Amino acid sequence: MTLLKLDDLEVSYKLPGRGSLKAVDSVSFDLEPRQVLGLVGESGCGKSTLARAVCGLEPASSGSISFNGRPVGKLGLRKRDPALMRIQMVFQNPFASLNPRRTIGSQIEDGLRVNPDRDAWSVPDLLEHVELDPASRSRFPHQFSGGQRQRVAIARAIAAGPELLIGDEPIASLDASLQARIAILMRNLAVETGAALLFISHDLSVVRVIADDVAVMSAGRIVERGPVDRVWSAPEHPYTQRLLAAIPVVDGLGVLPG
Amino acid sequence: MTERGMTDVLAVQTRRKGRLRISKQLRTPLAITGGAIVVFWLVIALLAPSISPYDPLAQDFERLQAPGAEHWFGTDQVGRDVLSRVVSGAQVSIPLALMLVVFAMLIGSVLGAIAGYFGKAIDEMIMRIADLVFAFPTIILAMVIAAALGPSLTNAVIAMLIVSWPAYARVTRSLVLGARNAEYVIAGRLLGNGPFTSLGKDILPNVISPVVVLATLDVGTAILLLSGLSFLGLGAVPPTPDWGSMVADGVQQFSSWWIAAFPGLAILTVVLAFNFLGDALRDALDPRSQEAVQGRAL
Repeated sequence: MTLLKLDDLEVSYKLPGRGSLKAVDSVSFDLEPRQVLGLVGESGCGKSTLARAVCGLEPASSGSISFNGRPVGKLGLRKRDPALMRIQMVFQNPFASLNPRRTIGSQIEDGLRVNPDRDAWSVPDLLEHVELDPASRSRFPHQFSGGQRQRVAIARAIAAGPELLIGDEPIASLDASLQARIAILMRNLAVETGAALLFISHDLSVVRVIADDVAVMSAGRIVERGPVDRVWSAPEHPYTQRLLAAIPVVDGLGVLPG
Repeated sequence: MTERGMTDVLAVQTRRKGRLRISKQLRTPLAITGGAIVVFWLVIALLAPSISPYDPLAQDFERLQAPGAEHWFGTDQVGRDVLSRVVSGAQVSIPLALMLVVFAMLIGSVLGAIAGYFGKAIDEMIMRIADLVFAFPTIILAMVIAAALGPSLTNAVIAMLIVSWPAYARVTRSLVLGARNAEYVIAGRLLGNGPFTSLGKDILPNVISPVVVLATLDVGTAILLLSGLSFLGLGAVPPTPDWGSMVADGVQQFSSWWIAAFPGLAILTVVLAFNFLGDALRDALDPRSQEAVQGRAL
């Protein structure tokens, strides 16, 4: 059965004054359980809005999202529907996504508390799985580097036992040497726990390494979707071709021009 | 209520890694002076019965004696020892002012947090009531309420509570508005936090320090306002030894300067000390003042 189904989804923002901006424009796609889908596209093309809508953080202006056959509505002021808590997100900015006043251990416990399988994990366990020192659970977020915080955020999301893990540009604010490692860590944890992964990034080379399928988004629409290798070797849409051509290639010369 | 205090406090942003450095930052001359005076008065208030030389209510002495060896601060128009009354006055003003500020902060920040978090109709309702209170000059509104309720210390405190909570509501509301969309708050919501859990666990701990600074700055104002109401006969009822009403007595006996001067000095020092402390706390919590203080330390 399909895990996540987007049907003609449209999300628009009201602009100040009159008019509105269609950030996501008639997007339809399916995501199967345990599938790793990379969503790529340039800045401002609606990737993050799409992720927020799937979490219920943005209301759909038309079309629908269903998760395990259950419609995803806007997360208002009420508590979140427990069934929808199987969707968890890792945010872009690791410096903003952890509460500065609480220990990382207690924040990961928040995730464990909503996991239907209560004994699936323990905090030290999770910390070890994201390659952090289990003894660091009593530390505060400011005592960690950006990469370590992102690991904590991943641990918190995994703790909740998600069936769908969303990474909203989780590597965009990390330095280059860490990006691939964090991305691979996310993939491995998702695969290990049986979760599907929707990985949003503008870094195509990382997406190529971790994703099974890739969807290319441009100006609010998904212009192409297919297995990574096929999209890579034979991009159909002109936008995809331009995007792939923009990847810097190491030419082996190792000299600066001029 | 302190327009100045409010804008100052709004400039304060909660800092992430504050705790450790705050203690160092509080070691400025002003903060130490303020802290020492506050501690001094708290000790006096605690020990008042045992250190006051005479009964503050006893009219045993010759009227209007100038300060001397027998009566350090002199005696008043009905023959009471002014020193004893000033010392006992600390027991009246300081606890009431502290209690008032704590309650105003609790009521104001809870209402402000609810207004900021839930928005829409609830926000409108709470903040319009706050605006209504803000529309009147503090002291005049407090006077009107105290006069309507009848003169007593309790009623004066109630009147002041009514006029002082909106400042906290406004500050807290604006801070909550800024924090409610922080990613860690949203992450908490995705993990099933309801609105009150979210407020209590994620939002309030991160925004409360500017509110506490405002409260510290407000203790002085509260003492001043309380004394003001007593001075006008709307607070403490005679013969309660309240600083404000003692100053009022002194004004009747203008040639005997000591009756008004000593309670006046008491008010001055306490208010000043709490303001020093509040200023220091604000500076310590203000990220922009970090470098300035570090520079001074070098």
